[in-house]
Amino acid sequence: MKVLVAIKRAVDYNVKVRPNSDGSGVDLNNLKMSINPFCEIAVEEAVRLKEKGAVTEIIVVSLGPQKAQEQVRAALAMGADRGILIKIEETIEIEPLAIAKCLKIVCDEEKPDLVLMGKQSIDGDNNQTGQMLAALARYPQGTFASEVVIDNGSVFVTREIDGGLQTIKLALPAIVTTDLRLNVPRYASLPNIMKAKQKPIREITAEELGVDITSRVSIVSVSAPVGRPEGVKVGSVDELLDKLKNEAKVI
Amino acid sequence: MTTYSAPLDDIKFLLNNVLEMPSISKLPGFEDATPDMVDAILNEAARFYGEVLAPTNKLADSQGSRLDGDRVVTAPALDGIYKQIVNAGWPGLTGSRDFGGQGLPMLLSVAVDEMSQSANMAFSLCPMLTKGVVTALNIYGSSDQKKMYLSNLISGAWSGTMNLTEPQAGSDLSAVKTKATLNGDHYLLSGQKIYITWGDHDFTDNIIHLVLARTPGAPEGVKGISLFIVPKFLINDNGEAGERNDVRCVGIEHKLGIHASPTCTLSFGEKDGAIGYLIGDENQGLVYMFAMMNEARLAVGLQGISVSERAYQQAVYFAKERVQGSTPDNKNTTIIHHPDVRRMLMTMRALIESGRALTYSAFMHEDYMHKSDNKERKTYHQRRIDLLTPLVKGWCTENSVEITSLGLQIHGGMGFIEETGAAQHMRDARILPIYEGTNGIQALDLVGRKLSRDKGKAAIELLEDLSLIVRDSRVAKLEVLANSLEASLAACKEAITILLTEGKQDWTIPCASAFNVMMLMGGTAAGAMLAKSAIVASNLNDKSSGNAIFNKNKILTAIFYAEQVMPRNTAYLEAIRAGSKSIMALDVKYF
Ligand SMILES: Cc1cc2nc3c(=O)[nH]c(=O)nc-3n(C[C@H](O)[C@H](O)[C@H](O)COP(=O)(O)OP(=O)(O)OC[C@H]3O[C@@H](n4cnc5c(N)ncnc54)[C@H](O)[C@@H]3O)c2cc1C
Repeated sequence: MKVLVAIKRAVDYNVKVRPNSDGSGVDLNNLKMSINPFCEIAVEEAVRLKEKGAVTEIIVVSLGPQKAQEQVRAALAMGADRGILIKIEETIEIEPLAIAKCLKIVCDEEKPDLVLMGKQSIDGDNNQTGQMLAALARYPQGTFASEVVIDNGSVFVTREIDGGLQTIKLALPAIVTTDLRLNVPRYASLPNIMKAKQKPIREITAEELGVDITSRVSIVSVSAPVGRPEGVKVGSVDELLDKLKNEAKVI
Repeated sequence: MTTYSAPLDDIKFLLNNVLEMPSISKLPGFEDATPDMVDAILNEAARFYGEVLAPTNKLADSQGSRLDGDRVVTAPALDGIYKQIVNAGWPGLTGSRDFGGQGLPMLLSVAVDEMSQSANMAFSLCPMLTKGVVTALNIYGSSDQKKMYLSNLISGAWSGTMNLTEPQAGSDLSAVKTKATLNGDHYLLSGQKIYITWGDHDFTDNIIHLVLARTPGAPEGVKGISLFIVPKFLINDNGEAGERNDVRCVGIEHKLGIHASPTCTLSFGEKDGAIGYLIGDENQGLVYMFAMMNEARLAVGLQGISVSERAYQQAVYFAKERVQGSTPDNKNTTIIHHPDVRRMLMTMRALIESGRALTYSAFMHEDYMHKSDNKERKTYHQRRIDLLTPLVKGWCTENSVEITSLGLQIHGGMGFIEETGAAQHMRDARILPIYEGTNGIQALDLVGRKLSRDKGKAAIELLEDLSLIVRDSRVAKLEVLANSLEASLAACKEAITILLTEGKQDWTIPCASAFNVMMLMGGTAAGAMLAKSAIVASNLNDKSSGNAIFNKNKILTAIFYAEQVMPRNTAYLEAIRAGSKSIMALDVKYF
């Protein structure tokens, strides 16, 4: 059984980003970049499925600049078998639909039994790519997975929904997007980091796939949240009520 | 707040731009250490040590280890950590490929080791000493001994210890009394060793002790000491840990710091004699020990950088949070805006960055020395390592006491309260000037062995190499750096001349000045490395390459060093010029 894992190069979750001076986006210069945390959980899940014997091959695919090769390698070091890097210009802000279209072509070529991906990336917070890919590829989808069990041609996905857990059964091939509690990704071991270097990464461009990746969304402005203003001490309950009513207008 | 985040920017800049990682990776056997591989390894090591080991530091310190019968029980905070590190393969980074290691350069492992030591210094002594045992066996072990021990030591499945010290034999190892008597194909050892770091614990299936002992009829003094392998469990026919050997932990010390590291009294041969196997030839033990001691001393210098870095990160965090006092344009300011707090933070930062550059450079020479097949180059690098070793060990660890103390000072009263964790770094750092040869002994090694024996040749060679940095500073229009380095280099030269001339007439002169000479030369060599870093940063900025802010900050830190730290060097020279008279004048009976 073959699993395709889609991963995104995103700014490391520990890094505090700042808008750049002209407000056109966030300043990513010289910032630490990593595999998007939800995608990392997807890689981990694939590796665990392989360790359990449910999966035979793991392919990681990423759309990103040449440098996203680092993240593909990192996934190979965690235990994926080979990589595909779909290259785009570093300056392009790639959108979910374009990513989904590229992944659809990869699915057509690779014919995976299961596609694992993060529920969203922490840069755009879109939460769209998995769903869009499911529609384009006509695969069933299980989103926000907190448990994934493969059984006889189907996959059982436990989903974190409002107020509880829901378990659904999908026929393979299917798309599963991962939530935070699915697993805790491993650290790559030194020997596996070394071995990852020998694993193949195929590089192609989005252009070669014939996908138009131009933006359909234009960013009007990006700004930092306004800092919290200093608080005031009120003298009495009456004053508090008055302020809540007339200043804050919440009661 | 005791989180730690590896200073990856500085480490990568140092390896790739200031030192010679790109050339090191072209040396035979190091082909795997390509830039992307080095990067991937550093990133994952930073994550691993920062997220897995660093959080144990404070709790393991407060728990400490204890003795239960003859068994050491380690701090519960460390449960499972050692196994995790072994499973992740980090101990095998430099180990020989023939025995399951990765055979990567020391210039890379020094960076990973720094992260480990910053994350938890008391813990990291265990893999550090194991590495020392690997080095000794690699050079002097027989092929059978290598086969029997190396794979398990390199992987970390077994750990190793160094057993030198006895109650009457500390700095002076000629007084070692532990006995070893030949008994068939092995020796039987009896005696007591004290202060043995990680001498017993439950992390591994076996512990391999390297023990200095004397055979019957061996010559007096250091020429009669031999080196033995004494496993805690004898190795059975399957190569596994088998029957218990006659070596036991009979006590562990209550200490000022490194509480998570059990410091053991080991008793050998209380029953029938501990079975030991001779390494190499009899009476050569100290020579063998020294081969590994260079590396161990460099590793202790690195510990100085590591614990200082952790203290610095904590001090910066605190200085940005604590509101106290005012500045002309701010009524309630965080203390980082006070010039005196900035003085402390900059001193910490400059001493760390310069010391890191110096220490890493010594490990780079190790790589060149091991791989070079040109005899002249090999001896050049060996000379440089020999000279840098007491500087790295002595200067970086003396500073670590100052730096961690400054870190505590920045916390004010909170620093003195254990809860903040700032005090731990200072308590931990305090061992560094003592073990692996006290700094007094390092200084004597410098002036006795390293400076006098070749009449200052290696030292002058170093100063000449460093004077190129003066020239380059001028080219880069960093006059301040050039001038201060020039003055320090001149001070070093004068100090060496004093030692070589006046030192001959009065034995107390070199001995009394040794420490000052070590601090002068350490401060000069490290300052030169920081100036070099600044030149590189300035050139990168001229080409609009690299991280402009990082580069600018590197230059600013080097200028601080030139203006605020380099003057210490000329002061050391003043003291050296004064000789030993006032040091020795007061009669012993009046103390
Ligand atoms: C926590 C800890 C861990 C240790 N781990 C180990 C270990 O794993 N294995 C091991 O074998 N040992 C270990 N040691 C021992 C350590 O290496 C020694 O304590 C150290 O070498 C100093 O020896 P000493 O304590 O006997 O001091 P001494 O040698 O008695 O020195 C006392 C003072 O006199 C000075 N002095 C001594 N001789 C001279 C001289 N000739 N000229 C000038 N000054 C001199 C010293 O610099 C020092 O200031 C450890 C010690 C500690 C505290």
